[in-house]
Amino acid sequence: MTEITRQATAQQLFRKTTAGEPLHDGDAAHEHTHVITVVVENSLGAFNRVSNLFSARGFNLHSVAVGVTEDPALSRMTIVTSGNDRIIGQVVNQLKKLIDTRDVVDLTDLPYVERELCLVNVRYSKETRAELMDVIEIFRGKVVNITPDSMTVELTGPTKKVNAFVALMAPMGIVDIARSGCIAMHRELVYE
Amino acid sequence: MSTPTDAQPVSAAAVAQISVEREREQDRQRASTNGTSGKSGDIEATHNGTGSTLMTGAEILVRALDAEGVEFVFGHPGGAVINIYDEMARVKPRFEHVLVRHEQGGTHAAEGYAKATGKVGTVLVTSGPGATNCVTGIADAFMDSVPIVVFTGQVPTPLIGNDAFQECDTIGVTRSITKHSFLVMDVADLAKTVRKAYHIARTGRPGPVVVDLPKDVLQARAEFEYPSTVGLPGYVVPTKAKSDAIGTAVAMINDASRPLLYVGGGAINGNASAKVTELARTARIPVTTTLHGLGAFPETDPLSLGMLGMHGTWYANQAVQNADLIVALGARFDDRVTGKLDAWAPHARIIHVDIDPSCISKNVPADLGIVGDVGQVLDQLLPHITPLDTAEWLESIESWKEECPLSFDRDGALRPQHVLQRLREKTAGDAVVVTDVGQNQMWAAQYFQYAHPRSHITSGGLGTMGFSLPAAVGAGFGMRETGRPVISINGDGGFLMNAQELGVAAAHGLPLKVVIMNNSYLGMVRQWQELLHDNRYSHTDLTATNPDFVKLAEAFNCVGLRATSPDEVDDVIEAAWRVTDRPVVMEFRVITEEMVFPMVPAGAATDDMITQRFSNPGDV
Repeated sequence: MTEITRQATAQQLFRKTTAGEPLHDGDAAHEHTHVITVVVENSLGAFNRVSNLFSARGFNLHSVAVGVTEDPALSRMTIVTSGNDRIIGQVVNQLKKLIDTRDVVDLTDLPYVERELCLVNVRYSKETRAELMDVIEIFRGKVVNITPDSMTVELTGPTKKVNAFVALMAPMGIVDIARSGCIAMHRELVYE
Repeated sequence: MSTPTDAQPVSAAAVAQISVEREREQDRQRASTNGTSGKSGDIEATHNGTGSTLMTGAEILVRALDAEGVEFVFGHPGGAVINIYDEMARVKPRFEHVLVRHEQGGTHAAEGYAKATGKVGTVLVTSGPGATNCVTGIADAFMDSVPIVVFTGQVPTPLIGNDAFQECDTIGVTRSITKHSFLVMDVADLAKTVRKAYHIARTGRPGPVVVDLPKDVLQARAEFEYPSTVGLPGYVVPTKAKSDAIGTAVAMINDASRPLLYVGGGAINGNASAKVTELARTARIPVTTTLHGLGAFPETDPLSLGMLGMHGTWYANQAVQNADLIVALGARFDDRVTGKLDAWAPHARIIHVDIDPSCISKNVPADLGIVGDVGQVLDQLLPHITPLDTAEWLESIESWKEECPLSFDRDGALRPQHVLQRLREKTAGDAVVVTDVGQNQMWAAQYFQYAHPRSHITSGGLGTMGFSLPAAVGAGFGMRETGRPVISINGDGGFLMNAQELGVAAAHGLPLKVVIMNNSYLGMVRQWQELLHDNRYSHTDLTATNPDFVKLAEAFNCVGLRATSPDEVDDVIEAAWRVTDRPVVMEFRVITEEMVFPMVPAGAATDDMITQRFSNPGDV
């Protein structure tokens, strides 16, 4: 019997692969970021249940954004999480199990559009102002407030774009930053 | 909708509907006699047929429980629920209220009732400490999928959040240990909420539901109508499997040469024992059960391997490690079953049938996951099942059974296994055995040889010491009409954690057979200390703090008996069975050194099972 534990059987390898777990000690973990949307009853209790699930079960929660839908009784939550295939499967199934959730969709492998809104208050001086305005222009940002030594920039885009912008702002001196978290929607491709 | 089952051919919804009709008939009668309770006239006038039909929230709750067909409410009064108790005295509901002596005991009693009968248990407690005392029982019911509804009082809505007297955020505290919970803010929602709570608790994977009731909502008035439909758009109850999954399952079963059924509590919740038995016998597949699956397949059958896992039989674990197909029916691959996950069942393909999709591939990825009710899935599967050629496989299993059977020394010392075997003899297995947690629980799992579903009740997932006695009280109420004996198995440690409920059993004349395996230690912890922590028995000796259990029983108006040697065991059991009007506490002074074997140490591989004591305690 000891042979079996030393050398993985076909079934043991199958299980590891299905779960997305490393096959051998020291292999990198197969973790991916997933974007999941949840249509949930529009109540504080329901939001609490969703967010509580992540802490109670030890799931990663990178961002969560909530807003009411066309039906005032329902809200849509966009959740960004990460984990291996087994864990993501758990996240989706556990979310579906909640009685307040109506619809749970993992968008990651579907065509989808994602956006995040970001407000960054960043310092500037006479010397840096032109360069700063250039970067804001490239990112199609908008200056929404300005003082003699700092300006607040509004920017929307996919999370990666926002990350890039924030990284470029960092050397200028970020005073304050507020990000909405990612919101996402399935992209219907009628003409493909 | 609730699904028709073996035991209950009428759906719960239909029962509720019938109850509603019966209730309305009673209302009409009450209206014609213009009230009988003779209490406050103006309250009576609210439903005497002449004025408005508005009722207080408290009365709505009482009537809703009747409409739901509730038989017993295990409760404890307090300020926030005093109106409900007042209505109970006034309305004289059909359900029986059982006054427990601690809210935790009430919650376990509701669990015991639910597990013994298959119905939903009901608890009613006050706000604050009433609710927090229920937390352990709610968590226990959540881990073990027990259908209970817990009604908790709450401070009036304007005071919520103000740190009012006996206030507690009950919904917040119980959020991660309930299947669902409700805070009722409007009396008009109360009846609907009760209907939803019972539906959620009962259907799908059963579980606890908390309904929090602010006092002003109980005092406000509304029309009472018990809804016949539930209205939960986000709640889907799985029933049957998809037909292609059945085809795949049949192919996998036919393809197997060393198949094994691994049966859990879902088979009992789904009333599927007869179908499991048919599957095993038709296809000639051996069966091992989890702790909660005990009784789903008769252990007297040659195909039975008993329980698997940490303290399962050696041969059941051997079968797991050598099987090429494991069919899991309503089981969840708990760590006490699998030990080290990587090393568990290394050759087996896995078919996993479970009503809870999140259970499938949670711990061990399944080759085929089937979401559905075990009973209904087996109904689909059984017509396609033909006998397999498992003769060689069954031969190996027979040889394992001979190689390492369950055994214990018979050297004249009083051992718990002997007591359990004698109890098995006495009842011929026709009893409801409610165990506590620890060594007593594992011996009761190994030696009682369960032959019927719902004959074994225990706290498995949460492992709550102090579970057995109050759960036996609940089971005792559930079995009162059937006359089926209820045996509560305890250690001396756990027994004292809810001993107060002896008074409840005595007051109601429940003839519980309460067994205390007194080894003067927290035995299971002691066992780990001996095997894994170099015999440092840190704070597990209970000698100094144990009471005289016989006197304790007598103080609660129960019969107390004691045996100190194997010769006295049968006399004590016979004497206990002669008592029919009150509980009997049987204290067995068992030896301290006895350990539960075989054993897979926590986190070890199933192959590394210890089959006997590897060091003699006399040597150390």
